[in-house]
Amino acid sequence: MQPSLFFDFALRNVRLHWFRSLLAIIGIVIGVVAIVSMGILGNSLVLAISDSLSTVGDSVIITPHAGGMGGFGPGGSKELLTERMIEQIRRAVAPDTTIPIYSGSSRMTIGTEDTVGVVYGIKPDDIPILLEIEDGAYLKGSSGAMAGARFAEENNLKVGSRITIKDKGSLRVVGILKERGMGFDINPDYGIVVEDKWYQQSYNQQDYDMAIVKVRDLTRIEQTKEVIEKQLNRRETEVDVIDTKAILETLLTTFGQISTFTTAIGGISLIVAGVSILNIMMMSVTERIKEIGVLRSIGTQRREVRSIFLYEALILGLIGSIIGGLLSIFGGYAISLLMLETTEYLFVPSSLIYIVYGIGFGIGTSLLSGLYPAWKASNLNPIEALRHE
Amino acid sequence: MSAPPGDEAIIQFRDVTKIYPLPGGDVVALDHVSISLYPGDFIAIMGPSGSGKSTLLNLMGCLDTPTSGTLFIKGKDVSSMTDEEQTGLRRDHIGFIFQQFNLIPLLSALENVQYPLILKTGDRTCSLQCVEVLRSMDLEEHLFTHKPSELSGGQQQRVAIARALVNDPEILLADEPTGNLDTKTGTAIMDLLKDLNEKKGKTIIMVTHDPGVAKFAHRIIRIVDGKIS
Ligand SMILES: Nc1ncnc2c1ncn2[C@@H]1O[C@H](COP(=O)(O)OP(=O)(O)O)[C@@H](O)[C@H]1O
Ligand SMILES: [Mg+2]
Repeated sequence: MQPSLFFDFALRNVRLHWFRSLLAIIGIVIGVVAIVSMGILGNSLVLAISDSLSTVGDSVIITPHAGGMGGFGPGGSKELLTERMIEQIRRAVAPDTTIPIYSGSSRMTIGTEDTVGVVYGIKPDDIPILLEIEDGAYLKGSSGAMAGARFAEENNLKVGSRITIKDKGSLRVVGILKERGMGFDINPDYGIVVEDKWYQQSYNQQDYDMAIVKVRDLTRIEQTKEVIEKQLNRRETEVDVIDTKAILETLLTTFGQISTFTTAIGGISLIVAGVSILNIMMMSVTERIKEIGVLRSIGTQRREVRSIFLYEALILGLIGSIIGGLLSIFGGYAISLLMLETTEYLFVPSSLIYIVYGIGFGIGTSLLSGLYPAWKASNLNPIEALRHE
Repeated sequence: MSAPPGDEAIIQFRDVTKIYPLPGGDVVALDHVSISLYPGDFIAIMGPSGSGKSTLLNLMGCLDTPTSGTLFIKGKDVSSMTDEEQTGLRRDHIGFIFQQFNLIPLLSALENVQYPLILKTGDRTCSLQCVEVLRSMDLEEHLFTHKPSELSGGQQQRVAIARALVNDPEILLADEPTGNLDTKTGTAIMDLLKDLNEKKGKTIIMVTHDPGVAKFAHRIIRIVDGKIS
């Protein structure tokens, strides 16, 4: 029962000085809205970027070591992965699949239009492992090609359209690929995929540009990477090996830091709100020195005086934080729409949790700001407080 | 002092000195004071302004502790008590009546009276007992719900006395209780205090300038420059 008496005191004082209390509450509301909106923005940003990444962290990517001597003579020809190296990789990672890949780019003619696109040469059997199909069929013969989603869209390609590659011949589109998004291995959205043999002949190239190993057991990805490096880089560094899981993790950590940073910016406005509560509570204490003296002289304990002021801070913080929490749904909506042009990442748990954080921080900041004034009030000397005018 | 044999002193000063250290030099507010007060006493403290009357009363009320010497209240050495114990003593055994009335502005008349009782018992449903005490102060019932700012000085002092009495303390301390009241109202308040002393056996110590008010007391303690004369 006793606490409610002091709570009542606090409530009455908040109401008596309603305008001042209102200002403090507005401060907290703004602080909470800022911290939550920034948090939601940061989180939505991370979600949006992760969504546009095609790669799940299940691949190991092997590329020729840049700047190495690769075995080619002078003339500056680029380094490649030889058939022998591919075999070594294949044996090392078995039973996981190794997919050797040719990649280059070419001028093409579609209808009457000239354009440039990326060209990937992949063995038809391996294509379904890497890429999903939107329309048509997977590649079978050597006279066909599959078009990336964006490339098809931009050039009005349909199943059955023809693409003429300068000097190399003409290919019929047998399938359109699903949009894949940003990838760490291959990015066929803006190009075409052809048969490996066709690529070999047309570009007169035997060795591969890169290889992808699909790892079935994700816990073994590190190990797989090490095995490959041990096999090929024993004497000198011949290949660079990266695993997409590590890249993904680094990226997500970076985004997490960005998100924390934006939230911290919101936090600054909460600190400002905290200072305004501190200021208002100090005013309240100074104005009520005599009253505190009376309370103490008729038998109110120090901790009871302290609780009156802490309750006051709590009331301000609670009202401000809850209003702020509600408003920040709109704030988050507005800022998502403005910055990301989508609100699809707003009503997901990892975004909404920021409302809980925001309310928590709002109440915490208020209580923290009330601590010093409450301590000050409870430690006043009763006689001096009574003599105070 | 005339100690009735066999009766314990309720308040006892033994060679008490109170010094306020100030930047401009120490102020000796009480200078080696030794007095004993007994249950049922009605005492008036008189003396010129700044002579240490309020300091004496504040020490009796456990609001402050002596710089040197010992002060016993109800047999206990005040200096050996913690702040919490001193506060508890004020709440349960001492009633304060101030010249400025000092009611709590946020609370109504009745709530002001309830406040010390709630502090003591933690029970907020104690209005009956409080109404009883407030009625015995001859305060009109329709004023019970008024805030202190809506009451006259005499009415406020009645509420303040009711507040001082509600925990049934043995000791009432009054610092110029009639100082802010006209003669007629002051006399009515003094009649109330006299009644409390005679009928309820309260020990009353009051500070006053007014010889007419001091007449109500059994004994007058005169103080000049912090010394009892
Ligand atoms: N809290 C205090 N701090 C400093 N000086 C004080 C304090 N209280 C009282 N004094 C000084 O002690 C002396 C006695 O004061 P007080 O007991 O209030 O006198 P009275 O009540 O008789 O007018 C005065 O000189 C006063 O200025
Ligand atoms: Mg005085």
